[in-house]
Amino acid sequence: MKRRFAAMAAAGAAAALVLTGCAGGGGGDNGDQPWTVAEDVTIEGSATFEAMQSAGQIVIGVKEDQPGLGYLDAATGERTGFDVDIARWMAAELGFGEDQIEFKAIPSANREQELVNGNIDMYVGTYSITDSRKEQIDFAGPYAITGQGLLVAADNDSINGPDDLAGTNVCSATGSTPIQNIRENYPEAKIQEFDTYSQCVAKIEDGSADAVTTDALILLGYAAQSPDTLKTVGDTFSEEIYGIGVPKGDDAFRDFLNTALEEGGETWTAIWDANLGETGVEGEQPAVDRY
Amino acid sequence: MGVITDNWDLWVDATVGTLQIFFFGLIIALVLGFIVGAMRVSPIPIARWVGTAYVNLVRNTPLTLMFFVFAFAVPVVFEIRDLRLLGILAIGLYTATYVAETLRSGINTVPVGQAEAARAVGMSFTQVMGHIVLPQAARSVIPPMMSVIIAFLKNTTVAAGFSIMNLGSIRAYLSERGENAMVVLLWVALVFVVMVFALSGVQRYLEKKWRVAR
Amino acid sequence: MSGGASVLYDVPGPKAIARNRILGGLVVVVVLAAFAFTIFRLADSGQFSAEKWEAFTYPFIWQNIGLALLRTLSAFVLSAVGALVLGFLLAVARLSTVRVLSIPATVVTEVLRAIPVLVLMMLLYYGFGSIGVPMSSFAAVVIALIAYNGSVLAEVFRAGVESLPKGQGEAGFAIGMTSRQVMNLILMPQAVRAMMPVIIAQLVVTLKDTALGFVITYNELLYYARYLMSQTTLGNPIIPSILIIGAIYIILCLLLSWLAHTVQKRTSRSVKVKVKVAAHHPGNPGGATDTQMMAAQDVGTDDQTGHSQAGG
Repeated sequence: MKRRFAAMAAAGAAAALVLTGCAGGGGGDNGDQPWTVAEDVTIEGSATFEAMQSAGQIVIGVKEDQPGLGYLDAATGERTGFDVDIARWMAAELGFGEDQIEFKAIPSANREQELVNGNIDMYVGTYSITDSRKEQIDFAGPYAITGQGLLVAADNDSINGPDDLAGTNVCSATGSTPIQNIRENYPEAKIQEFDTYSQCVAKIEDGSADAVTTDALILLGYAAQSPDTLKTVGDTFSEEIYGIGVPKGDDAFRDFLNTALEEGGETWTAIWDANLGETGVEGEQPAVDRY
Repeated sequence: MGVITDNWDLWVDATVGTLQIFFFGLIIALVLGFIVGAMRVSPIPIARWVGTAYVNLVRNTPLTLMFFVFAFAVPVVFEIRDLRLLGILAIGLYTATYVAETLRSGINTVPVGQAEAARAVGMSFTQVMGHIVLPQAARSVIPPMMSVIIAFLKNTTVAAGFSIMNLGSIRAYLSERGENAMVVLLWVALVFVVMVFALSGVQRYLEKKWRVAR
Repeated sequence: MSGGASVLYDVPGPKAIARNRILGGLVVVVVLAAFAFTIFRLADSGQFSAEKWEAFTYPFIWQNIGLALLRTLSAFVLSAVGALVLGFLLAVARLSTVRVLSIPATVVTEVLRAIPVLVLMMLLYYGFGSIGVPMSSFAAVVIALIAYNGSVLAEVFRAGVESLPKGQGEAGFAIGMTSRQVMNLILMPQAVRAMMPVIIAQLVVTLKDTALGFVITYNELLYYARYLMSQTTLGNPIIPSILIIGAIYIILCLLLSWLAHTVQKRTSRSVKVKVKVAAHHPGNPGGATDTQMMAAQDVGTDDQTGHSQAGG
C-alpha cells in the first residue's frame, strides 16, 4: 500500500498542476460571472459601508462544508456555491471585486456574535430569518425560500416523503430544528445525529442511514454534487427563508442590498442555474421583505 | 433542579447510554487486554511482537480518531452499521491497550526471585504464571486497573460526537429545549464527579484490603 | 525485551520449542488472516482507487495539513507548559502544612480530575458563551487541557515527593533551609526525576487530547481530517484521510516519547532513579491512598517499561 501511494504521489504531483488549472467551473472568477463590479458606489449614512471603503475590502461570512451552497474546495482553495455567488454578486454591487473580498468560514452557532462584534460585514450562508435573530442583527432579502426536505440514496424508492420515515434511520445535525421536528411529528423514525450534514451524507453512502433531513436547499446542493448516488424527494414540510445577515441598525446598507436583489432578477437566475441547475429543480427568487 | 426534573426522559436515556458503553466496553477491554498482556510476556517472540505493535499503535492514536475509524471507516469496509456497537468496539479496543499495559506492569512488580524460585523447583511457564506470579500481580494490579477503569468511564463522553447517546451528548439536546448550557454542563460534571468518587472509594478500599507486604 | 518477561520461563527445550513454534504459527496465521481480510475488504470497497487518494496529491492540501498540524502543536505546547506549572503549584499547595492552602488545593485537584476533559471543554466553550463570556475554541481547548492535565500532574508530583525517603527533607531542615527551599531545591527535583516516565506519558495524553478540540470547532488536525472526508469533489476520501492523519498522530506521539526519553537519559544517569520508581508501587506503606493510581490514571502504568519500548 505504501508503494502504491508513493507511486501515486509522484503521478499526482504532475496531475495537480493540470487539475488546479481547470477547476472552477461553478461560477468562479474566470470572467464570465453574471454580475459586473460597480464603480463609484456611495451609500449615504451607512457606517458599515464607510468602514469597508476605508479598509478597501469587504469581509463576508460564509459556510465552507455545503457543496452547491457554500463550499471550499480543499484541493484548490476555491469557494463555490449558490450562497457564495450571491455574496460575490452583492460585493460587486457594492463595488468590490473578487480580490477585495475576504471570505470567513463561520459555523452556524457563532453567526450573530461575529456580526455583533463587527468581525464580518455581512453573512451569506443558509441563514434563516427569525424574530429572535432579528433582535441582535438585521436581514436583507430574503434571497431564497426553502423548507425541510429529505435526501435519500438515488436507488431508494421506498421513501417519498416524511410519512414514509417510520422505522427508517433519519440523520441530521445534532440538536437542529429539523431533527426536533422529526422527533415530535414522526416519532417512529430512528434518529442519527452528527455535527455536520456531510457526516450524515457519508452515512447514507455507507448504508447506515436511509435519509438525511434539513433545509431542502442544502440537500439539493449535495444532490447536485453527486447526482448518481443521491436525490431529494417529496415536498418541503416547513418554511425557512434565507436572508443576508447585516449589522443591526444600518438601514441604509440593508436598503442598498435589498434594491440590488430586487433589480437583479436575471443575475439571481443565472447564479441559481450555475450552482443548482443540474438538479433539475427550478429556482424562483422570493420577493424582498423591507421590514 | 428544573433542568433535571423537566427533562427526566433525556437524563435517563443519557445515563443508560453511558452505562451501556461503560459495561460492554469494559468487557471487551478486559478480555482483549488480558490476551494482549499475556502475549506481551509470553515466550513466543512473534506473539510478543504482535502485542507490542498493537499496544504502540493504538496507544499513540487519539481516542477521537479511533471513533472516526469505527464510525466511518468500518461501516464502509466491513459493513457493520450499528453505531452503538461500533462505538463500544472503538473504546473497548482502545482501553484494552491500557489494560494490557497495567497487567504487564503488575507482572513486572513481582520480584524476580519469586519466578526464579518457582522455576528452580521445576515449574513450567503456565505453572509459574498461574501459581506464583499472577496471584501476586493481581494485588498490585487492582488499584491501577481501577484507575484505568475510571479514565475509561470519563472517556465514554467522546462517543457524543458520533451519534451515540450518553451524558456527553445531553447538552446539544437540552440547549435545543432552551436550557442554559452552563447549568446543563455543570450537572453533567457533577454526575461524573459522583461516579468517579464512588469508583475511587472502591479503589481505596481494595487497595487497603490487598496491600502487599513486601 | 523487558527484563521482567524473560525470568518467567526457561530457555525452551526441544519440546517447548516445538510447542512455541505451533503457537507462534497460530498467531501468524490469525494476524495474517485478519490483515488479508482487511486488505481484501479495503480493495473490494474501492479504497485503493486513485480517486480516493487524489486529495493527497495536491500540494495545497498538504500545506493546509501543515497548518492544522501547527494548530495542534500550538495547543499542545501551551497546554503542556501550563499543565506542568499548574501541576507544580497544586502539588506544592497540597503538600503544604498550611491548611488554607492544602485543603482548597486538594478539592480542586480531585474535582478537576473527576470531570471528563470533553465536558470541561464544552463547559468553557458553550457554558461560558451562554452566560455572556464568549471564549474562543482555542482558549477553551487550552484551558481545559491545562486544568485537567495540571491536576493529574499535581498528583504525579505529589506521589513523587511522598515516595522520597523522609531523611531527604529532614536533612534540608537540619541545615537550616526554609520549607520552601526544601521543596524547591531538594524534594521537587528528585520527585520530577523519579516520576519522569509518568510525566512523559501524561504529556502524550495531552497531545492526544488536543484532538477533542474538533468537537468544539477548534480547527486542528482531526478537524481538518473531517473536513477532507466531507469533500465530495474529492470522492469523500474517508479511509485515506484517517490513515494519513492517524499516521501523523502516531509519529508525533512516538517522537514526543522519544524526545522526552532522550532528554531524560541525558539529564539523569543516577541509578537511584530506578529504585525510586520501583519504590512507588501499590502496597508501598506510607504512599497515600490514591497516589499510586496516578501512574495508571490515563497513563496505564507504563512507569517502567511501557514507553521505553515506545521510545526505543
